[in-house]
Amino acid sequence: MRALILAGVAAASLTLSSPLMAAGDVPHPPSVNWSFNGLFGTYDRGALQRGFQVYTEVCASCHALELLSYRNLRAIGFSEDRVKEIAAEVEVTDGPDDEGEMFERPGRPSDRFVSPFPNSQAARASNGGALPPDLSLMTKARKDGINYLNALLVGFADPPADKEIAEGMNYNPYFPGGQIAMAPPLSEDVVEYADKTKATVAQMASDVTTFLAWAAEPELEERKRMGVKVVLFLIVLTGLLYAIKRRVWADLH
Amino acid sequence: MPQPWMNNKLVQWIDYRLPMFTFMDKELLEYPTPRNLNYWWNFGSLAGIVLVIMIATGIVLAMHYTPHVDHAFASVERIMRDVNYGWLLRYVHMNGGSAFFMIVYIHIFRGLYYGSYQAPRELLWILGIMILLAMMAAAFMGYVLPWGQMSYWAATVITNLFSAIPLIGDWIVTWLWGGFAVDNPTLNRFYSLHYLMPFVIVGLVALHLVALHQHGSSNPIGIDAKGPQDKISFHPYYTYKDLFGLGVFLVIFFGFVFFGPNFFGEPENYIAANPLSTPPHIVPEWYFLPYYAILRSATFDIWFIPAKLIGVVLMFGSILILFLVPWLDRSKVRSARYRPIHRQFFWLLFIDCLVLGWIGANAPEGWYVLIGQIATAYYFLHFILVLPLVSMIEKPKPVPTSISEPVLKGGGPQTAAPARSMEDR
Repeated sequence: MRALILAGVAAASLTLSSPLMAAGDVPHPPSVNWSFNGLFGTYDRGALQRGFQVYTEVCASCHALELLSYRNLRAIGFSEDRVKEIAAEVEVTDGPDDEGEMFERPGRPSDRFVSPFPNSQAARASNGGALPPDLSLMTKARKDGINYLNALLVGFADPPADKEIAEGMNYNPYFPGGQIAMAPPLSEDVVEYADKTKATVAQMASDVTTFLAWAAEPELEERKRMGVKVVLFLIVLTGLLYAIKRRVWADLH
Repeated sequence: MPQPWMNNKLVQWIDYRLPMFTFMDKELLEYPTPRNLNYWWNFGSLAGIVLVIMIATGIVLAMHYTPHVDHAFASVERIMRDVNYGWLLRYVHMNGGSAFFMIVYIHIFRGLYYGSYQAPRELLWILGIMILLAMMAAAFMGYVLPWGQMSYWAATVITNLFSAIPLIGDWIVTWLWGGFAVDNPTLNRFYSLHYLMPFVIVGLVALHLVALHQHGSSNPIGIDAKGPQDKISFHPYYTYKDLFGLGVFLVIFFGFVFFGPNFFGEPENYIAANPLSTPPHIVPEWYFLPYYAILRSATFDIWFIPAKLIGVVLMFGSILILFLVPWLDRSKVRSARYRPIHRQFFWLLFIDCLVLGWIGANAPEGWYVLIGQIATAYYFLHFILVLPLVSMIEKPKPVPTSISEPVLKGGGPQTAAPARSMEDR
């Protein structure tokens, strides 16, 4: 009977995995060995800062990052003064003032990231009807989101001969349906990295993916650090409890 | 055996007026428990501990959460980002829901395997099924609160089920929503009821425990205790056994919380709710997948009864039928250990539930529909036909005459080993 159950579970799990791959004939994004994978993973600070530069200079013209504040950038290794400078580069609408008027002022670290469009209608109007999604949670909001995002950014290509691409759309095998409204955002040297890293498409894609993974899960490093301690403690505690249980029960057996 | 702290004057003063110490001593420490319980009996107390964890984390989360359609999603992200250890609270609560169901399902299958529901424990079983129903309500409404895409569409799909009720269905759905669509009034009432449900569960658990302590725990060989040699005090034996089990559970649980907190979740729920955009696949959390498969197995009308109504009746029926299990099983022997045919069918039911879960996770197309229908049919056949018939026809294997006999091997009555505390040795 045991063997039958095992066979059943094995068969179920095998068949479970196959339809997932067949769904919508979207290829699995290749798995990248990210610095923040694994039990002890941490975000590569260089990649985070380069990724922030790519976001600011390329993505931010269409994609908002509503859940982040400029003050959060301290966590990716910018100094307090640098964060103040970064925030001051944007204009924030504030008010009303004493006359009841709204006014513009330079951003402060406590401000949320300023969105490129005032509302989703304006965003659609500027993007041929397509809505560029907010990126704050993008890597959590897609299946295998981190690898997916990276694959999507390098995945633009000429469509295969039998693939019909609609007006204003671009071929990208990793996007559901194979066509995406976003034009290829990255091209060689579209940014000039402050740290002189060569700005290849793959490099920028990997950097901005790291940055957005951090944006979605800023707690990841603290979570894993704490997790190692908590789980190690619990393993020792459980071992001790087992020893006590054995001693207590010894007189019964 | 009176505990040493019962000699304390203050304890005695209180206990004379409010017998809480006598109660604790009788029900938590001395409480006579069969000496042969295996590790499957750990899951009852484990479920109780997870309930406490859920209430504790839930109360703190509620301090930071905003139940409004415009702010709910952002307030959850605020908890994740700006509240001190908010991410930990939320991930414990989120994964705690999954853990709670995993534990309770194991607990229920344990009861089915060892016949724990048989006389005189029918009401204990029924209270357990009521706890499951209350948990399902709490989990469903809790899942709606973050107001992500899957929250919103799960709320829409599930509340819409009530429209299958003839004549008054649409009226009931409007009443449930508090409007003409899932909207702010819906979110507000779900929040209120989500906070209420755990306390309903606590009440049911209290009754579950009263019913349990009336006749004591069942046990793996399923015969009643013949005398004191068959039982041991709950403390220290089962307190330490349960604590060890708790340790094992916490290692696994916190493994998920810290290293794979979204393993059980749907990525779609990290997108804010949008009534204008339906997700390609609306799927419930894993613990609802079997019911979802049963719901969707009804693909055809029968006479004048629409398929939707059949699906809804089957889905609720799949839980309600569990209430009848103590009377559907006609066997005089409790434990499946001594019921060879019954045991085979038990495992068939177990596999059937896994199959239903797998079907529930997939889009209802092609072979999945047929497999889902067969699995649904077997689920009901098992309880309506197989369980009563097998229990009447089957000739059980001989059952041991006492609990202590197989445990103590030597046989014959022996005096129970006195419960000793650690200091005595």
